[in-house]
Amino acid sequence: MDKNIVIKADNISKQYRLGQVGTGTLSHDLKRWWAIARGKEDPYLKIGMENDRTKKISSDYAWALKDISFDVKQGDTLGIIGKNGAGKSTLLKLLSRVTTPTIGSIKVKGRIASLLEVGTGFHPELTGKENIYMNGAILGMTKKEISSKFDEIVDFAGVELYINTPVKRYSSGMYVRLAFAVAAHLEPEILIVDEVLAVGDAEFQKKCLGKMGDVATDGRTIIFVSHNMQAVQTLCKSTLYLRSGNVADAGETSKVINNYLSKEVSNCLLKEWKDTDAPGNETITMLRARVIPQLANEIDPITVATEIDVEFDFTLNVSDLYLNLSLFLYSASGNCIFNVGSGAKALSKGKHTSRLKIPGRLLNDGIYTISLLFVKNTTTHVLKIDDVLTFEVFDENRDGSWFGKWEGAIRPSLDFSLT
Amino acid sequence: MNKDTVVSDSQNWDIVITGNNSGTKVNLKELWRYRDLLSLFVKRDVITVYKQTILGPIWFVIQPILTTITYMVVFGNIANIGTDGVPMILFYLIGITLWGYFSDTLNITSKTFTENAGIFGKVYFPRLILPLSKVASGLLKFAIQFMLFFVAWLYFWIYKKAIHPNIYILITPLLVGLLALMSLGFGILITSMTTKYRDMVFLITFGVQLMMYATPVIYPFSKLASSKWRIYVLLNPLTSIFEAFKYAFIGKGFFSPFWLVYSLVFTLMILVVGVITFNKVEKRFVDTV
Repeated sequence: MDKNIVIKADNISKQYRLGQVGTGTLSHDLKRWWAIARGKEDPYLKIGMENDRTKKISSDYAWALKDISFDVKQGDTLGIIGKNGAGKSTLLKLLSRVTTPTIGSIKVKGRIASLLEVGTGFHPELTGKENIYMNGAILGMTKKEISSKFDEIVDFAGVELYINTPVKRYSSGMYVRLAFAVAAHLEPEILIVDEVLAVGDAEFQKKCLGKMGDVATDGRTIIFVSHNMQAVQTLCKSTLYLRSGNVADAGETSKVINNYLSKEVSNCLLKEWKDTDAPGNETITMLRARVIPQLANEIDPITVATEIDVEFDFTLNVSDLYLNLSLFLYSASGNCIFNVGSGAKALSKGKHTSRLKIPGRLLNDGIYTISLLFVKNTTTHVLKIDDVLTFEVFDENRDGSWFGKWEGAIRPSLDFSLT
Repeated sequence: MNKDTVVSDSQNWDIVITGNNSGTKVNLKELWRYRDLLSLFVKRDVITVYKQTILGPIWFVIQPILTTITYMVVFGNIANIGTDGVPMILFYLIGITLWGYFSDTLNITSKTFTENAGIFGKVYFPRLILPLSKVASGLLKFAIQFMLFFVAWLYFWIYKKAIHPNIYILITPLLVGLLALMSLGFGILITSMTTKYRDMVFLITFGVQLMMYATPVIYPFSKLASSKWRIYVLLNPLTSIFEAFKYAFIGKGFFSPFWLVYSLVFTLMILVVGVITFNKVEKRFVDTV
């Protein structure tokens, strides 16, 4: 056995029961109890479906995690990525001993501290000082350890003035800073962190990431769960990619992240229709709509730098129509990012193609949806097709130490000089 | 893997997280490591209860004083139950103080899982720390209220010479300890049984209130001397503790080593059952609470 392994997860699975606790669960519990009392296996462990949100519920049980095995060596920083519902939080809960796996075991060497949220156990009536002790103790520190770090914590949080004021009078920013400061000064052998970087302003985020980097270089082990690929890329040597409760990929971070990006895109890059189900009317029939990212490698993800072509093929059912196309690009939240029109042209009956080029370095990262409108004689709507295509733009690998979401609806590359 | 490596393997790990419910032993070493957390929880409970009040901890003694006055009027004068010749104030005050500690601790520990689901769902520490801290913070409140009784007691003993305490006062810590452990045992057993099916919660809330009437709080035990209910009240493990207390401090009461041992055995049993159930439930309750 490798002496350096500090966490060994062995075939862990976690089953959850769906629906409400009620008389139905009681009868299941009784059956389960009866089976175990006779020395048989739990009958409900055999059933249960994969935790895939796109499928309909077909069972009372679901496996949030299924047969996960991995090792973490001392000093490693392991990233855990995956979409919402992939099992990341469940795995974290198991690792931080909040709940136990249904099957399998996790063996750990050394002290674990987990940060599933900052400020656990903060009491609004207690002062900053009292809460530092309270929170520190909940996270596993002794009074002595906290006292020796106290000044550092207060300094890191920048709340010297308010240290004897109840935290209910703190601004939310101060509250979060204080909470993170306590957590950041934990000195466990293994630190488990969940998305805490999502809180606080950019400056504070930077501070937190720096602190985590320090922890990592100290030879301590970090498990970091995040949606933020930038942060994972920078902090983690190796990464575990979860999908529907299974390990989809594991290994060197950039390889795993690329795999993740190419697999998890909820894109609808191509739509082709047969005559019968094609959207259209007596004037126009759609044939095909597609997004063509200009990528060097087909499996690469679309990033903010990627040039994207959008192409529509349609049949004009009447002759000599003065037609133009209007394209709407919506963000995931439903805001219209832009609306562009093609030039109007008199078209003959038959097949036609329309193509829009969206340059690289225009869109911000996010999910975009395209709607299309056909206009005749520049005034009359002929056909409107909503949500015809969807694509996701990812952030590119960014240099520097700030990994927050870039603000703004678009992210154009403009000439911004400084002399 | 051969047998030897399995053995050395299991010795190497500090923590093994599994779903097996076989581990019924309490990890005392770990509890000890978290003793600072226990004392901080106690401190938090004590200082947050009366924050932003003017009278502060004085409320601890106002409660029993008002209750005693009410009992004196209702049970002592209107219902005329009698106090076995003991000054009414002392009789009700001791009953209320003891009962208050027992029922408060039981009520609060029996909600350990449901009330702390938030914090339990986010961070691990030995779950037993929380009910233990409630027992301890309750004990502080009890000590303050007991001082009130103590003052009244000194007055009636030295000034009025109306009561006759005896050497059994020395077993007071044992009696208080029994109360503490019994309420803890019941509390953690109840909280463990009500995480998934909450039906019991309804029973417990008024059950505890009703149990007061099965304990000699508002009536003297001697009143039951020839009653068929005497044996049932005696089977209540609280009875001998309450009566021993009264006997030691006031000189009137039912003192029986046999029934005290019964209470002791009962307490230890309920505690063991409580801790085992608690340990079993704490591993998974986050999923069902």
